[in-house]
Amino acid sequence: MAVLPADWPGGFWVHWGVFVVIIFVFVLAMVMGFIWFERRALGIMQARLGPNRAGPFGLLQPVADVIKLLTKEDIVPAKGDKWVHWLAPVVAVAPMLMIFAVVPFQGGASMADLNIGILYIVAVSSISVLGVFMAGWASNNKYSLLGAMRMVASVVSYEIPVVLSIIGVVLLAGSLSMQQIVMAQDIPFILLQPLGFLLFFIGACAEINRAPFDLLEADSEIVAGFNTEYSGMKWGLLFLAEYGEALAISAIVTTLFLSGWRGPVLPPWLWFLIKVGAVFFVIVWIRATVPRVRIDQLMALAWKFLFPLALLNLLITAVEILVFPAVSLWVLVPINIAIMIVLVILWSRLFKLGWGRVEV
Amino acid sequence: MKFERFGIGIAKGLSVTLRHLLRIPVTTQYPEQRLTTSRRIRGNELIWDKEKCTGCATCAKSCPQGTIQIVTSVSAEENKYKVEKFEVDTGYCIFCGLCVEACPYEALFMGYAYERAKYRRSELVLAKEGLLASAERKPSGYFRPKIEASLPPQTLLLDGDRGKR
Repeated sequence: MAVLPADWPGGFWVHWGVFVVIIFVFVLAMVMGFIWFERRALGIMQARLGPNRAGPFGLLQPVADVIKLLTKEDIVPAKGDKWVHWLAPVVAVAPMLMIFAVVPFQGGASMADLNIGILYIVAVSSISVLGVFMAGWASNNKYSLLGAMRMVASVVSYEIPVVLSIIGVVLLAGSLSMQQIVMAQDIPFILLQPLGFLLFFIGACAEINRAPFDLLEADSEIVAGFNTEYSGMKWGLLFLAEYGEALAISAIVTTLFLSGWRGPVLPPWLWFLIKVGAVFFVIVWIRATVPRVRIDQLMALAWKFLFPLALLNLLITAVEILVFPAVSLWVLVPINIAIMIVLVILWSRLFKLGWGRVEV
Repeated sequence: MKFERFGIGIAKGLSVTLRHLLRIPVTTQYPEQRLTTSRRIRGNELIWDKEKCTGCATCAKSCPQGTIQIVTSVSAEENKYKVEKFEVDTGYCIFCGLCVEACPYEALFMGYAYERAKYRRSELVLAKEGLLASAERKPSGYFRPKIEASLPPQTLLLDGDRGKR
């Protein structure tokens, strides 16, 4: 499969302009679609209907929500930090949009095919944590601050297994560029890196604060977490950042593990969209199933379960690549799946949550 | 070794939620879709049969709230009571159905309708003509097995009727 030249279409500035428009349209349209899709799917899974009044099948519900948000009053807490309160949604949204600069929509079709693409994503995506923490701090509200601190704690912890499992993929692909990683996947890496996929997916769900790791907005404990004091379009931007990150994670999982845009018959961009939608469905599915974890369970899962397994996964992948470079990759598929099952079961037996109940 | 602890439990939960995708939602979209109520519903009001009523006032005596007022006069030539006033303040009625059970001549019924909310309290007081049966004011099968047999069976969540829900 031939990769299109990186500056498609046309010269540098045309390319830049076209892709800015594509990314904005893609992100906004997909986020609105995802919000609709999540509410409908969650509703049906809970034997409800979900929004179905605005437009056919309730498809215009996100539009109605946006109009409502735009017309709502913007409230800044009297004793809050006004400037930080204003800046926080921007700081949260901008990195989310920057992630899509290196996401390959199809062969050659990405805004910038950086040769350190995945490293760039890891670096940029951690900036939006700052936005959330600014939101929590500037609100001058204990619930906001607690939510933001939980967010920082979880993201800092889960960044480690996520990055370690990305390294496994990079070892196999031999490149950090998103385009090259996709081109290297004659076998989707979900088969070659089943354990890495599991760790990455769990870690990514925790990083974007999707259920069951949505502790920063555990409404039964801390009202709405970091966005308690937000209203109107500033709240809308924080919400956009949250769903945009879910979209970004879906796109990254698609690129790293599901062989990106590649697939038979259908056009590549459609394959990309289908895979992104499928990954998002799994995220919604998990949200509908698993109850929210406690904060100690969250930390324990990151440090006692994901982190050692990610290290082991990295070791095994490195050994497979260095010691057995001649072995066909198809032979490694069943071996790696077996290794995953054995490691998960063994580590689950070792994994304990504290020593009984701890009263504080 | 219990495998529930190693992800099997989560997989089971995931399969449950996935099966719910094919399940019929419980939600009824009320103004457009209406479920058929129980045939023995004790609906929003009382229905009175003017022909069968003898004015014996057993219903009024049985009413725990004292909601029913009956005033009768004797008509000598017909040798029976004439009902001058039959008034029910449904604002006080607790819809216990004791009056319907007490009536010896099957002249009183519970209502089958349930959408009979009013804007004013004065509209809740139903007098003689207002208590008669009509198209909107059908009698329910409560304590009246013959009427019950003629009414359609209740929609149950078990039925899985997509048209009704």
